[in-house]
Amino acid sequence: MNEPAPQVIKMYAAREEIYPREIKGKYVSLRWLFVWLTQLVFYCGPWLQWNGRQAVLFDLGARKFYIFGIVLWPQDFIYLAALLIISAYLLFLATAVAGRVWCGFACPQTVYTEIFLWIERKFEGNRSARMALDKQPPSLKKFAKKTGKHLTWAVLALWTGYTFVGYFTPIKVLGSEAFTLSFGPWEWFWVVFYAFATYGNAGWMREQVCKYMCPYARFQSSMFDKDTLIISYDKERGEPRAPISKSKPVSDNGSCIDCSLCVQVCPTGIDIRNGLQYECIGCASCVDACNSVMDKIGQPRGLVRYTTEHGLVNKYTPAQIRERTLRPRVRIYTAILGLIVCAAAASLYLRTPLKMDVIRDRGSMGREVEDGMIENVYRLQIMNTSERGHTYQIRVSGLDTLTQVTADQVVVAATETKAYPIRLRVAHGVGKAGSNKIDVELKAIDEPSLHVKEHAVFIVPR
Amino acid sequence: MADFTNSFWDLYIVVLTILGIVGCAVLLYSQSKTTGKSGETTGHVWDEDLSELNTPMPRWWMWLFYITIVFGSVYLVLYPGLGSFAGKLGWKSSGQYQAEVQAADAEFGPLFAQFQKQDLKAVAADPKAHAIGERLFLTYCAQCHGSDARGNKGFPNLTDKDWLFGGAPETIKETIMHGRNGVMPPMGAAVGTDKDVENVAHYVLSLSGSTADPIKASFGKEKFAACMACHGADAKGNQAIGAPNLTDKIWLFGGSADTIMETIRKGRNTTMPAFAEFLGDAKVHVLAAYVWSLSNDVNQPAAPAQEVAPAAQ
Repeated sequence: MNEPAPQVIKMYAAREEIYPREIKGKYVSLRWLFVWLTQLVFYCGPWLQWNGRQAVLFDLGARKFYIFGIVLWPQDFIYLAALLIISAYLLFLATAVAGRVWCGFACPQTVYTEIFLWIERKFEGNRSARMALDKQPPSLKKFAKKTGKHLTWAVLALWTGYTFVGYFTPIKVLGSEAFTLSFGPWEWFWVVFYAFATYGNAGWMREQVCKYMCPYARFQSSMFDKDTLIISYDKERGEPRAPISKSKPVSDNGSCIDCSLCVQVCPTGIDIRNGLQYECIGCASCVDACNSVMDKIGQPRGLVRYTTEHGLVNKYTPAQIRERTLRPRVRIYTAILGLIVCAAAASLYLRTPLKMDVIRDRGSMGREVEDGMIENVYRLQIMNTSERGHTYQIRVSGLDTLTQVTADQVVVAATETKAYPIRLRVAHGVGKAGSNKIDVELKAIDEPSLHVKEHAVFIVPR
Repeated sequence: MADFTNSFWDLYIVVLTILGIVGCAVLLYSQSKTTGKSGETTGHVWDEDLSELNTPMPRWWMWLFYITIVFGSVYLVLYPGLGSFAGKLGWKSSGQYQAEVQAADAEFGPLFAQFQKQDLKAVAADPKAHAIGERLFLTYCAQCHGSDARGNKGFPNLTDKDWLFGGAPETIKETIMHGRNGVMPPMGAAVGTDKDVENVAHYVLSLSGSTADPIKASFGKEKFAACMACHGADAKGNQAIGAPNLTDKIWLFGGSADTIMETIRKGRNTTMPAFAEFLGDAKVHVLAAYVWSLSNDVNQPAAPAQEVAPAAQ
């Protein structure tokens, strides 16, 4: 045996630049559709107005989240949990059915990389031009192209950072601050940080984010099964691959003409013909590339296509593959997702924009007042989470002769919290010594549907 | 850092920290190369059969490791962490707290300063000051005096006209600023026998027209002499020393004969803590105005009417 001599291996290697070739096709168009959809929502979102305020604003300082007609308080944190669960199940479901469609079409990393690549092409030209440019020695022309690209990237990245911060601090105020460069320290930090992350991830890191940084990329393989849609090369049809030549009849060869276009368009630099690989983000560029080639050489499309492992082995038709979509895993994901969406929507729809805590004064157990009546003091912590001020009627019940001595109406301004002390009395001899359960009810006078009822305890001293 | 009584522990931590950081750097450098063929495993085996290929990681990853080492070193130079070395920036958690307090004072100070310049009664009539005062009261006073300011056993009701140390706005402010100590000494021995104590209790009850045994009360009247030094010959109390008026039906500790006897025998001791240092004059000013407003009509004694008031008395 002639073994090669052991050599020094570097455990950390420099990245090899990937120059994805541009391609046209239905999946590329679909991706651009998602680029437009997601970015229109993202960039326009903070500019929308609703009843004289920013429609979507996460005001961390005031601990209030405004989402169109809804104002969420920290007490509504459960909805964030619901949103995360819904997102997670959407991801599970999409992955189980169609593999890494999120990665390939809607993930911000993919979307921004697509935009940044477009800018790169505008300045440096197509794949071969870019490769040639990088090999060139430094020159004024090269410097100008690179500078233009990076400046455009930086402007887009800063605009992205500015938009992002605009979700947390009113974007119009932020806009006027931007003109005078008078952001607050945290605004500066987040605008620059988010811009830097955008510029770095979409401009420089690109596929490395998916390969080395994204946890989801790694654990989603556990959601795959043999009926999950994957992008795959049909080996049986393609092999043996050989370039088209006039001297050799095509019939001896497979359909693959080894044009390597599928490799050139791949944003993660893999060869899909080697089978399913963890680097594949499911962007389907190679499908578009291969189809365009098959069209040119007059072969049927689909040498590289969306299929499933079962589909490849058993030669399923697309209809057969679709039939196998509704397997138990998919049904369970769908059921749970539907349940949570319904529950969250119902809860959000039925929620009362009014909250109250009844806090009994702990200083005393209950004091004796005129005519031997027993008095307890409570503090009502009233949170009016709606965007209108209301006058509320306070009612108490649960014990005979239980009456409120203090004014039974209280005004709370829009999105305000008010601490309102009340005094409750019962006649001598009513209730057992110790704690007695009572209810305190709050109802808006102008809007009877706005009401809450809270339990409290009335203490009769022994 | 007085936590260390011996410089050994200081050195112990310094040496371990520096060795740890240097060790990380050495390990990182020594592990960045290996010999062998590409595609082999590194030779490490975990959990029986889990091994690692010698496929290289991205180089920027290695730089991230080095950056953390640099970051850690710079941090230890600038901030406390290396034994008792305080760090070049002199950062302290207490300093950060002070800075936050100063920032809050800078923000809210002018508002309070504006009220501080005004007369207490004028502040009491200001709805904005009233709202601030209410919040201050609910935060700092309600624990003892109750959310409704009507007090508890041993803690006076602030909504009536009965004051232990005086109810003028300035007096209330002084009470809050410097606190009060109400002392009723045990008077059992001075009054006499248990019987005498009971008689005095009934006499005290009779002063406010409460239900009392008239015979016991008449015996008690004589023994009440022991109480006059503080509560006065007319039993109307003395606000200079916080001795309560015994001729009204307002009781700090309870108005039953048993409770009054207990008060006479064992005495009472009450403390109102001083808030001058904790809240400062400006906040106490607003707070005092709020407390005064609880038992007074803020709209009646407006600023010009004030000068008429003494003449009317």
